[in-house]
Amino acid sequence: MIPVRRFDAIVVGAGGSGMRAALELARANLKVAVLSKVFPTRSHTVAAQGGIAAPLANSTEDNWHWHMYDTVKGSDYLGDQDAIEYMCRRAIEVVVELEHMGMPFDRLENGKIYQRPFGGHTQDYGSAKMAMRACAAADRTGHAMLHTLYQQNVRANTQFLVEWMALDLILDPQDGAVVGVTALEMETGELCILQGKGVLLATGGAGRIYWATTNAFINTGDGLGMVARAGLPLEDMEFWQFHPTGVAGAGVLITEGVRGEGGYLLNKNGERFMERYAPNAKDLASRDVVSRAMTTEIKEGRGCGEHGDHVLLKLDHLGPEVIMHRLPGIREIAMKFANADPIRDPIPVVPTVHYQMGGIPTNYMGQVVAPEGASKEAIVPGLYAVGECACVSVHGANRLGTNSLLDLLVFGKAGGEQLIKDLRTQPTPHRNLPKDAGEPTRARLARLDGAKSGERVVDVLNDLRRTMQAHCAVFRFPDDLHKGVEKVKELGERVQRTFIGDKSKVYNTARVEALELENLVETAMATMISAEARKESRGAQARADFPERDDKNWMKHTLWYKEGNRLDYKPVHLRPLTVQTMEPKVRTY
Amino acid sequence: MKLTIYRYDPEKDAAPRYQDYDVPVDSHDRMLLDALVKAKAQDDSLSFRRSCREGVCGSDAVNINGKNGLACITKIAELPEHVTIRPLPGLPVIRDLIVDMTQFFKQYHSIKPYVMNSDPPPERERLQSPEEREHLDGLYECILCACCSTSCPSWWWNPDKFVGPAGLLQAYRFIADTRDQATSERLDNLEDPYRLFRCHTIMNCVDVCPKGLNPTKAINHIKELLVKRAV
Repeated sequence: MIPVRRFDAIVVGAGGSGMRAALELARANLKVAVLSKVFPTRSHTVAAQGGIAAPLANSTEDNWHWHMYDTVKGSDYLGDQDAIEYMCRRAIEVVVELEHMGMPFDRLENGKIYQRPFGGHTQDYGSAKMAMRACAAADRTGHAMLHTLYQQNVRANTQFLVEWMALDLILDPQDGAVVGVTALEMETGELCILQGKGVLLATGGAGRIYWATTNAFINTGDGLGMVARAGLPLEDMEFWQFHPTGVAGAGVLITEGVRGEGGYLLNKNGERFMERYAPNAKDLASRDVVSRAMTTEIKEGRGCGEHGDHVLLKLDHLGPEVIMHRLPGIREIAMKFANADPIRDPIPVVPTVHYQMGGIPTNYMGQVVAPEGASKEAIVPGLYAVGECACVSVHGANRLGTNSLLDLLVFGKAGGEQLIKDLRTQPTPHRNLPKDAGEPTRARLARLDGAKSGERVVDVLNDLRRTMQAHCAVFRFPDDLHKGVEKVKELGERVQRTFIGDKSKVYNTARVEALELENLVETAMATMISAEARKESRGAQARADFPERDDKNWMKHTLWYKEGNRLDYKPVHLRPLTVQTMEPKVRTY
Repeated sequence: MKLTIYRYDPEKDAAPRYQDYDVPVDSHDRMLLDALVKAKAQDDSLSFRRSCREGVCGSDAVNINGKNGLACITKIAELPEHVTIRPLPGLPVIRDLIVDMTQFFKQYHSIKPYVMNSDPPPERERLQSPEEREHLDGLYECILCACCSTSCPSWWWNPDKFVGPAGLLQAYRFIADTRDQATSERLDNLEDPYRLFRCHTIMNCVDVCPKGLNPTKAINHIKELLVKRAV
């Protein structure tokens, strides 16, 4: 028998969104368990740098309508406008709350929160004037935010299960309601069932499917794998954001805040090439636009360095004062990972995978939705998803910088609120667990423990990451996509034959990595299949064979199912909550 | 390069041992963590924590040739050819380089690491001048990696009673925050022969902090405040 522990609610993941949700739940005096593979302050939110969006108008005129317009346009019109309105309207509330919690924001002379410009954030519905909307704590905004949220959870006595990895959802076979998860306590190697009336997934992104990524080792799409194995769909997985400025060769992120503060990109001729691609916003165009421009420069022979494989980010003209005060973390990173002191030298950068716009389909209350009968968006009872693992969708085909931290707070809070509401309006006791609860997980673990030979996890992982990098990057070519699908399918079979030498129960990281690989391969499969099928270019999906956006045929969300790699589609929510629809236009910056 | 790594699996090993790894490093391997990952590719039973690989999550603090540091921002080029890696000193070892940090976090929690302010929150942000905000610099950046506390002889001796440099740095972070109203309660909480005054300014904490922070200075500020309060 697998031991069972009972809670009202289970939160899987303790990054920004998981901890924001947990705070809501803990304050409601519910019995909550928050699982995390790592100690909460080690979650990847910690690495966010530049800021969190909110139209506080502390430095430039601003309002949520303009923020909403920029977000819809940034999404290349694939974002759901009801959800985007919801997020932009709650931005001030959640950011002010975060300040009250103790977030060490930088300050203006008048004592208000310091705000800087960021890519794609404009005034007056896309005018050439940039909005200063990114609320910043130097270039360590994510670190400051994650620690603040952890501190508030300490105060609220949240119960964390630290270094536990969730493995599978447990569904009631009657109606598909989620009634718990199986989880591995890493220190002891014990498998456990955590039973709950609500399960909220906040497992973050899966950028480790690519070779060059800004993402941490832990970003392995665990929630995505759990959902896919439970027979539920994943939405818009073809849309992966390549951040323009990852340190060449190292992948480590250099914030867009550098360009917000006035830095810019140069090719080997010393030309500020973004002026050609985005005459108005230049280096502060949307990330997909800048990444394509950089890739084009490099492909056309204007890249820098011995191999012409990167461009340069120049910021020495900002002066030591601005660099040391506003961008101290960047200086540290550049000196460590690029041997360049940005006070004197430019930083070599390349577009690097950074963020997953797609994910587990939800509505803007954080409830997971999936097609059932006549509805394309029937609520899956008991299951919630927030943060990067979720697809609300507020980011559509391309996310604006600083909207991710905002997404974490708004939907972390909203998901928590909805879960509380659902528990209070349906005060049922715990449902009985299905008879075979946990059996699929036990079978997976038994296979790994029993395997005496097979594929090394690290080999399959490296092949997977190289395949995704070669077949599904900034520009996508039909041949590469076809072959990529076949290769990822092969990798999916190899994952079934992995072998680990380490059979110890105690803190077995080899076992954890093997289980993570099973989640990564589902994510990669969803990405390749969805990208191959979408015959247009939109946001982060740029196809050589279909270079234009095709609103007539493709203004719709992709839904991928693990079973048979089946695809389905559902319409974009074009109607906001209270304002007029923002009609699709040609997207220029 | 040659790595000599502390190994211990309580399921298999009667006592800890050292194991050597020959790791071929090339120009892509910048940091000690890259070498550790390669060693693990040779032997998947080698266990250590890691996550962000850029020095901001605080997972991979280890003892490198006798000095605590983060493997992910320790440059291979600046290390000798032979490196000995041990778990952080002074904490129970769970396995290999993975230590039990319960005591460390207990001390962090003991200083009430959150802003306390009983005024009703205003509609917008609480105001703070840039100068007031600057007092938090050098404090809030702590990543809780435990390099400092586990290099502190006073903390080795009394990990249950002495808060340690990491916890005290954070205690001062909240004292220094103009939005916090609990200075006197915070000082009461530290006015104790062990909790604060076990710091004998040995300054190992300053020497090892991978973020360049100065816990000793923060501890001295707290001591000054206690003196001021007494007179």
